[in-house]
Order: sequence, then structure tokens, then C-alpha cells
Amino acid sequence: MAESQTSEQILQAHAHDEHHGHPDMEEVRTFGFWIYLMTDVIIFGTLFATYIVLQQNTDGGPGPADLFQMGGIITSTFILLASSYTCGLALLSMHKHNVKGLISWLAVTAGLGAIFIGMEIAEFNHLVHEGATIGTSAFLSAFFTLVGTHGLHVLFGLVWMIALIIQLAKRGITPVTKRKVNVISLFWHFLDVVWIFVFTVVYLMGVS
Amino acid sequence: MVPSNSHQTPEGHGSFKSYTIGFFCSIILTLIPITVVMNDWLEGTWNSVVLMTAAVLQLMVQLLFFMHLREENKPRYNLISLVLGLVILLVIVAGSMWIMLYNMVAV
Repeated sequence: MAESQTSEQILQAHAHDEHHGHPDMEEVRTFGFWIYLMTDVIIFGTLFATYIVLQQNTDGGPGPADLFQMGGIITSTFILLASSYTCGLALLSMHKHNVKGLISWLAVTAGLGAIFIGMEIAEFNHLVHEGATIGTSAFLSAFFTLVGTHGLHVLFGLVWMIALIIQLAKRGITPVTKRKVNVISLFWHFLDVVWIFVFTVVYLMGVS
Repeated sequence: MVPSNSHQTPEGHGSFKSYTIGFFCSIILTLIPITVVMNDWLEGTWNSVVLMTAAVLQLMVQLLFFMHLREENKPRYNLISLVLGLVILLVIVAGSMWIMLYNMVAV
């Protein structure tokens, strides 16, 4: 008994040393994901640049002010904002070692994300029925590419979050699942930031 | 002297209060541009300036309150790589706009 305690103490002391001496591997992995996010910043930067350059080229077809229905867009903006907040609440539950709270808040976040995706699909569907497809004009090609890329990211995040919820239900909060929750929350807040700029540059500036 | 918080936990990533403050700030920063656009209060350049300012402020709110950029330890690699990403972003966006929108000699 005494022996196992001492070896445990040694292990703890060792872990403590490691924390000071070498970087924690899970932290390094989180940083690796951060680097990926920065490359995503560049992708969205090029798509924004393309959109800004091409937005006047409507080829005689419908322009932003004719197409966008701001009611739905504003609603989906607030839904995504709220999901960013609930994702933060999930992280808080995790730091309190509350698995149930963590899973429920992640589920709420995923639910809000699903509503956002549903509204975006409905919007695209409406545009296509109005005759505004990706091939109609340079403006619409740039529009569908930019907004669609963001939508695909959200969809990907949604699938990822559901998989993580299943894993959390099975394994609970471990250093590995903890890192995964941290990483997906970074991803989710990042998508919220991108949407703020889509909302501002594409929609608000488009109709004003 | 301010009492020192030397016993801060390494996982001290935000509190309910800071998340809620961040959430309210982003709601306000979204409502401002919506109100400006829906009521046609501003036109042209000033409109763009107000809208972009609100968006950038909201980016700051997300970075500070939700992504915890403030709480990073000393070699601030996250901040450094973010600055690099933003510089590239600015060069791509501003450079494209400058070349394609303000040089109409080719038209």
C-alpha cells in the first residue's frame, strides 16, 4: 500500500516536472489546430477578396438588394451568435468536471448549428428557384462559393461535434477528450467570426 | 497593493461572467450595424466604416472573451501566428481591391 502511494507520488511529481520542463503534448496539438485555423483565415481571405472584386458584375441579372431576404439572415446570425455562447458554457461545464452539463451544452450548440444550416439551405433553395444559380453571374459565383464554403465548415463542425458527444458519453472527461472539446470550441468561435464578416460584407453592405 | 492571484488554476479559462459579457457585447455590436442599415442612416464610405468597425470590434470580443487570447503564456505563439494570418489576409483583400477596383486603366 505504502509502496504504491510513493510510486504514485513519484508519478505525480514527474508529471509536475514535465509540465514545467517540456510542453504538454495536448497543448501542442491545440496549437497545431490554431495553425490550421490561420490557414483557413487565408482561404476565407481569398474568397472575400474575390467576392468584393466581383460583386458589381451581375451580368444584367439580380443584384444583392434584389435577392437577399434580411429577416432570415438576421435570425440565423443571432442563432449562430447564441451557439457560440452555448459552446462557451459547454467549456465552463468541462472545467467544473460536469460531463452531463458539457454534453447538454454541446448538444444545444449542435442543435443551433443545425438550425443555421437548415436556414442556409432554405435560402440557397429560394435563390435557385428565383433563377439565381451559381452560374448566373460572376457576383453569384463568388457569393455561393464564399457563403457555401462557410456553410460546409459549419456542417463539418456539426458532424464532428456529434461524434465528440458520443465519445464524451463513452469515455468521460479525460486529457484527450478535454483537448478535443477545446479544439472544437476554437473552431466554432472561428466560424462565428467568419460569419460576422460574411454578414457585414455580403449582406449588410449588399443591401445598403 | 493589489492582492496577487498566484494560485490561479491553469484551467482558468474564462468565467460565466466573462462569457456573458462577451455575448452581450456581440449582440449589441450586431444590432448597431443592423439598425444603421435598416434605417438607411448612413451612405457610402461612412456606412462601410461603421459596419467594418462593428465587425472588427466583434472579432476582438470573440478573440478575448471566447477564444481566451489574453490568457496565453509567455512565448505567445498563438498571437504571433494570428498576426501573421491577419497580415496575409490584409495583403490579399486590400491588394485585390486596390488593383481590381481602383485601377480602371485596363477597362
